[in-house]
Amino acid sequence: MIELILKRVALGILTLLLVSALIFAGTQLLPGDVASAILGQNATPQSLAALRQDLGLDLPAWQRYLTWLQGFATGDLGMSLANRQPVADLLWPRFGNTMALAAYAAIVSVPIAVLLGLAAAVRRGGIFDRGINIVALAFVSLPEYFLGLLLILFLSVQFNLLPSLADTYAGMSFPDWLRATTLPALTLVLVTVAQMMRMTRTAVLSVMDQAYVETAFLKGLRTKRVVLRHALPNAAAPIVNVVAFNIAYLITGVVLVEAIFNYNGLGRFMVDAVAKRDLPLVQAAAMVFGAAYVILNSIADIAAIALNPRLRHPR
Amino acid sequence: MSNILTIRGLKVAAPNGAILVDGIDLDLAPGEVLGLIGESGAGKSTIGLAAMGYGRGGCRIVGGSITIGETSLMDGSRATREKMRGARIAYVAQSAAAAFNPAIRIGEQIVEGALYHAKMTRPEAEAWKLELLKTLQLPNPETFGDRYPHQVSGGQLQRAMVAMAMSCRPHVLVLDEPTTALDVTTQIEVLALLRSLIQRYKTSALYITHDLAVVAQIANRIMVLRHGKLVEEGTAEQVLEAPREDYTRMLVAERQGNLSNAVTDHPIGEVLLDVKAIDAYYGKTAVLENISCQLRRGETLAVVGESGSGKSTLARCIAGLLPTSSGMISFDKNRLERSYKKRSKEELRRIQLVYQLPDVALNPRQTVGEIIGRPMKFYFGMHDVPREKEVARMLDLIGLPQEFATRLPGALSGGQKQRVCIARALAAKPDLIICDEVTSALDPLVAEEILKLLKSLQSELGLSYLFITHDLGVVRRLADRTLVMQRGKIVEQGATAEIFQPPFHPYTEELVISVPELRRDWLDDVLAKRKVAV
Repeated sequence: MIELILKRVALGILTLLLVSALIFAGTQLLPGDVASAILGQNATPQSLAALRQDLGLDLPAWQRYLTWLQGFATGDLGMSLANRQPVADLLWPRFGNTMALAAYAAIVSVPIAVLLGLAAAVRRGGIFDRGINIVALAFVSLPEYFLGLLLILFLSVQFNLLPSLADTYAGMSFPDWLRATTLPALTLVLVTVAQMMRMTRTAVLSVMDQAYVETAFLKGLRTKRVVLRHALPNAAAPIVNVVAFNIAYLITGVVLVEAIFNYNGLGRFMVDAVAKRDLPLVQAAAMVFGAAYVILNSIADIAAIALNPRLRHPR
Repeated sequence: MSNILTIRGLKVAAPNGAILVDGIDLDLAPGEVLGLIGESGAGKSTIGLAAMGYGRGGCRIVGGSITIGETSLMDGSRATREKMRGARIAYVAQSAAAAFNPAIRIGEQIVEGALYHAKMTRPEAEAWKLELLKTLQLPNPETFGDRYPHQVSGGQLQRAMVAMAMSCRPHVLVLDEPTTALDVTTQIEVLALLRSLIQRYKTSALYITHDLAVVAQIANRIMVLRHGKLVEEGTAEQVLEAPREDYTRMLVAERQGNLSNAVTDHPIGEVLLDVKAIDAYYGKTAVLENISCQLRRGETLAVVGESGSGKSTLARCIAGLLPTSSGMISFDKNRLERSYKKRSKEELRRIQLVYQLPDVALNPRQTVGEIIGRPMKFYFGMHDVPREKEVARMLDLIGLPQEFATRLPGALSGGQKQRVCIARALAAKPDLIICDEVTSALDPLVAEEILKLLKSLQSELGLSYLFITHDLGVVRRLADRTLVMQRGKIVEQGATAEIFQPPFHPYTEELVISVPELRRDWLDDVLAKRKVAV
C-alpha cells in the first residue's frame, strides 16, 4: 500500500512538472514580446536588446524554463513586470482570499451534498429522490455567472439582504467578512452541491445493491444503520473523489465568480495580470492553480487507496 | 408439537407482476430440517427469503401468511419484521464472499446482530461468538474474528457466515445453497459442521439446494418445487427412494446416472494437440508447472481438479490467452506460438472455446444469427445469403428452431444460450473445442441435454474436446481420458475408466469420495473414511 501511495505521489509530481512546462510554453506562445510590451512606444533597438539581456530573454527557452522552475521551487516567483514588485508578495495574500472563500463554500456544501445524496439513495425512486434530482439537474445546468447575477438580482437588488460586491480588506471583523462573502460563497455552493450530491447518491446506490447490504437487512438492522454502518464506508472512496474534485473546482474555478462579485482573490488577480500582459504573474497564478488541482486530486486518489480494506489489510 | 414456522398460501410477485411463488404451504417443526429442492426459477430462494418477510430485488409478498412462533410477519409492522429477522430467523447465503461486508472485521459482523437486537451484552456476545467459531472448527478461533473477509478462505468464510447467522441463537436458519460455491472436499466439511451444529443447538432449518444428494444428508423432510409450485412433499427417504411424481423421478434418475462410467467407443485418430512440459506464471506466482499431455483426434480429455488447481489456466495457455513461460504446445504437428496474437488465423480457427457463463459470453445486443454468423464471415469471408443458410444449419445441428436466428440472447434460457455458444464455436469448423465448465452454471437436467448434444456432435463431426470441469460425474460419462490436477501440477492422467477405479491415487480418491451420493448415510461414510472428527 505504501508503495502504491508513493507511486501516486510521484505521479502527482510528474503531472506538476508537465503542467509547469505547458504553462511556460503557453506563455511563450503569446504574441508580442515582454521587452517591447514594457518599453512600448519608446523602444529603440538598443534599449530593447539591453532589456532583453537584463530579463534573460536572450537565453534559449529551455534555459529560461529551468531558471524559472528553479526559482519556483525555492519560493522565488519572479518579479512583476508591471509594478516591479516580487510576485510572491502580490500573489499569496490573494491566494489566501481565494482559499478562504473556497473553505467557506466547502464547509457549507460538502455536508449538505453528502446528506442529501444519502437521503436520496435511501428513498430511491421516491418523491424526495426525484424532486431533489430535478433541482440538482437545474442547478448543474445553470452557468455560474448567470446564477451569481440571479442571486445579486434577488438578494441584493430586490430585497437588499446582502451586498452585491464582496469587498474585503485586511483587519475586517469576521461577521463583516461573512456578510461580504456570503453571496459569492452561495453561488459556489449552488454550483457544486448538485454534482457532489448526485455522485454520493450513485455511489451509495451501487453499494446498496451488494449482497452484504442484503445480509445487513436480513440481520434485522434498520435502514439508517444499514446505510451508515454498511453502505457508506464502502461508498467512501468515490465520494471523497468527487468532494476533492469539487474543492479543487472551488479553488481553481472561481475566476468568473470573483469577477462578478469583484472579490479580491487569485482568479480576478490572474484576469487582471493577463490584461496587463504581466507574464510572471500569469505564470505564477496558473502554476498555483495547477498545483492546487493536482494536489487535491492526488489526495483523493491516495484516500481511495487508503480506504480500500484489501490494500489496508493485506492477506 | 407446534410449528416453529408456518407458511400458508404464500404468493410472491416480481416487480413486473409475474408470480414467482404460487400458493405454497410450509410447516417447520422445532429441530426439523426441511429441504427445498428444485431447479433455478423454482422459487426456492424466494420462499426462503419470504419466510423472513423479505423480497429480493423488488419482489413483493402479495398473499398468504407467515408465522414464526406466535408472531405473524405479514400482519405486523415493518418494525415487527425487523425484530424477527436475524433474531428469530436468520439467513446463510450461497456466496459468503459477497455476503460479508469487505470493510468490517469478521468478528464485528458476527456479533452485530446479537448486540443490535440487545439479545446479549458485549462480553456474552463475544463468548458466544468464540463458542461458535470453535464449534465450526475455524482456525485460531480467538483471533479469527479480527480478520477481514478477504483474508480468509472461501470455506472458512462460509463457516463464519453460519456463525454470523447463529449470533442471536435463532430458532430457524434459512440455508440458501450454503455449500454450492465450494469445492467438493470443502463442501463435506461445511456440510458436516452444519449438520452437527443444527443438532447440537436444536435449530430448525430450511435447506435450499438444487443438489438432491446434498439435501439427502441433512434433511428430515423434502419439498420439491417447480415454477413456484409444489411438486411433491414427503420424508427424505420417501422422496429420494420412492418419488411419486415424474419430475422428481427425473431429478433422482439424473443424480444416480451421474455416477456410472458410460463412455461409448468411438473412433480416435492420431495426436492432435501435444503439450510438452509447459510452465506458466501470473506475475511471479507459478500457476502451471511442467504440464504435459496429449489429445487425439475425436478424443475427449477431461481436466479435473479443485478451484485453483490450474485447470482453466491450462486451457488459457493452449488457447494462447496466457503465454507460457517455457515448454511447447504443438497442434497437428505444428508448433503453436505462445500468444494468440502471433498465431495465424487458420490456427486460431481450429481451436475454439466455450465458456462457463453463457450469459456473459454472448453480446446482448447481437441477434443469435449475428453471433453464430460472425466466425463464418471472419474465418471464411462468407457473404450474407450463404451465411444465413449456414446459420440455419447450425441451429438445426444444436437443436434450436431456425426462428431463433433473429432473437436476442436476453430472450433465451440458460441452456439455449449455451447451445448458441456451442454453435458459435462450431461455426468456425474447429478441430478442437475447449469446454471450460460448460455445464456448471446450468440446472442438472439442462446440463444433461448439453452433454448429450456435445457427445452427438463429436460422433457426427469427429471433434476433439478438452473438457475442463470439477464435476466428476460429467467426466465419467464423457471423457476417454482424464487428467487430474492439483496446485498447478499433474497428479495423474490416464484412461478415465482406470483413473476412476481402484487402486486410486490418494488425491483422486479424495475427490471421488467427496462427490455427494444420494444414499442418506453417505456423509457418515465419507467422514469415517476421512477420519475427520466432527
